[in-house]
Amino acid sequence: MTNALRLYMHYLSQSIRSQMQYRASFIMLSFGHFLVTGIEFLAIASLFARFKHIQGWALPEVAFLYGLINISFAFADAASRGFDIFGTMVKSGDFDRLLLRPRSTALQLAGHELTLRRIGRLVQGLIVFSWASYTLDIAWSVPKIYLVFIAIFGGACLFIGLMIIQATIAFWTTESLELMNTMTYGGVETAQYPLPIYRTYFRKFFTYIVPLACVNYLPSLAILERGDPLGFPVVLQWVAPLICIIFLIVALQIWKIGVRHYRSTGS
Amino acid sequence: MPKIANRTSSLAIKSYIAVFSARFRTLLQYRAAAFAGFGTQLFWGLLRVMIFEAFYRSSTAPQPMTVDEVVTYIWLGQAFLVLIPLRADPDVRDMVRSGNVVYELVRPANLYFFWYSRAIAQRTAPGVFRALPMFITASLFFNLQMPPNIPATCTWLVSMLFAVLISAAITNLLNISLLWTISGEGISYLVFGLTWIFSGIIIPLPFFPDWAQATINILPFRYIMDIPFRFYLGHIPPEQIWYHLPFQIAYLIALITTGHLILTRGIHRLVAQGG
Repeated sequence: MTNALRLYMHYLSQSIRSQMQYRASFIMLSFGHFLVTGIEFLAIASLFARFKHIQGWALPEVAFLYGLINISFAFADAASRGFDIFGTMVKSGDFDRLLLRPRSTALQLAGHELTLRRIGRLVQGLIVFSWASYTLDIAWSVPKIYLVFIAIFGGACLFIGLMIIQATIAFWTTESLELMNTMTYGGVETAQYPLPIYRTYFRKFFTYIVPLACVNYLPSLAILERGDPLGFPVVLQWVAPLICIIFLIVALQIWKIGVRHYRSTGS
Repeated sequence: MPKIANRTSSLAIKSYIAVFSARFRTLLQYRAAAFAGFGTQLFWGLLRVMIFEAFYRSSTAPQPMTVDEVVTYIWLGQAFLVLIPLRADPDVRDMVRSGNVVYELVRPANLYFFWYSRAIAQRTAPGVFRALPMFITASLFFNLQMPPNIPATCTWLVSMLFAVLISAAITNLLNISLLWTISGEGISYLVFGLTWIFSGIIIPLPFFPDWAQATINILPFRYIMDIPFRFYLGHIPPEQIWYHLPFQIAYLIALITTGHLILTRGIHRLVAQGG
């Protein structure tokens, strides 16, 4: 385990070093990410300027949801680049090389690259999150701070899990499924608004099948001290993010089944 | 003499049409991708519709568009998503990387229009399998409405035609930028980001604050989606086509001229590696 961790750290430092070789491109891309996500937030803000609130949630509260989910996603997105390009690895047969090495394939793919330019989204999410916390004047306490951390951690686990499942599908299709982006990118956009605004089937999907509500809506209720029109048990608000760790473990098991099923394309 | 000139130009146009149709038919092969894309866009459309419906439920203040108009606008955006100039032509990128781009210079055709014909195919072919199913599905189940009258339909079709041509001209600028940057990742992302925000795909442009409207109005991106869609809805009166059409044509000419100029300069400084 420690050996695996040390190896992972080594992979990451190599990846960072190689990305720093193209510093101009790195700065341009992170700045671009920052700008685009920033203007997207301004688009949300201009909707609130016209409508004032969405089912009782004003802009700062929605900004809280927005910041929280974007921070989690930025971490997940930076860490899972290897799974993102996995489809092309299967097609070209490069995955065979990974199988020859005496380490788990999931570890090698996770260490493939730490995509630093995702820092643009991270910084933007942090700014929005800080602004929201400041405007809402949240009474921070130790349990609330703990909840923010496990919400971000659980969110990252959920998204990494989804990306692993997306990659696993490529074992059968040799093609990365665009449709799965609706769970990752679509999940981020879904979580930016409070859950009760959605139709029942949509809400149920993002609660019970992809447990997105567990890392965003539910913990936010506890931190913002809001009532829940959907009537989930209060205790769930404090422990729900941990469910996503189980989600990641399940995703890794599915990945193992995929690896066993793997047949090289022979190219 | 003029007769010969006529003949060569008609030959040239024929060859561009041939390039377009060849590329179009190649791109039609990716049916599985189109099917997956259809599912993805259904999701995004549904998500945005639900968000807007919730906003309209929460407020009775007068808005720049009615909720039905917004819903139709959102579905049109999903149906014609392929108009967003997402990236340069992957084949052109490979040619620039490998150096095979020099073969393109040997062709007895204008390189700009050669690539432009391909770009038009790139911006239309994937739409065939997306736009029509999306229209049918969204109008049956999700409240996509038909244009209110014939003038609205006609003005929509005219401005749509120029939307395709403008979007392809922007795509071609991305192609040409490859001669400088090779990877093209940075500039593609920037152009994509600008179009994403200022075409109306995230939120319909009238919802942006009033102080931002002046900036939005001078950018060409609104002619890719927002203006055609609002003609479709009748949100812009049909007679306004005489105001918008000259702008669309002017932007198109400006984009093509710029692209042409940059391409000519790019070719002059092109150094091909041997081998």
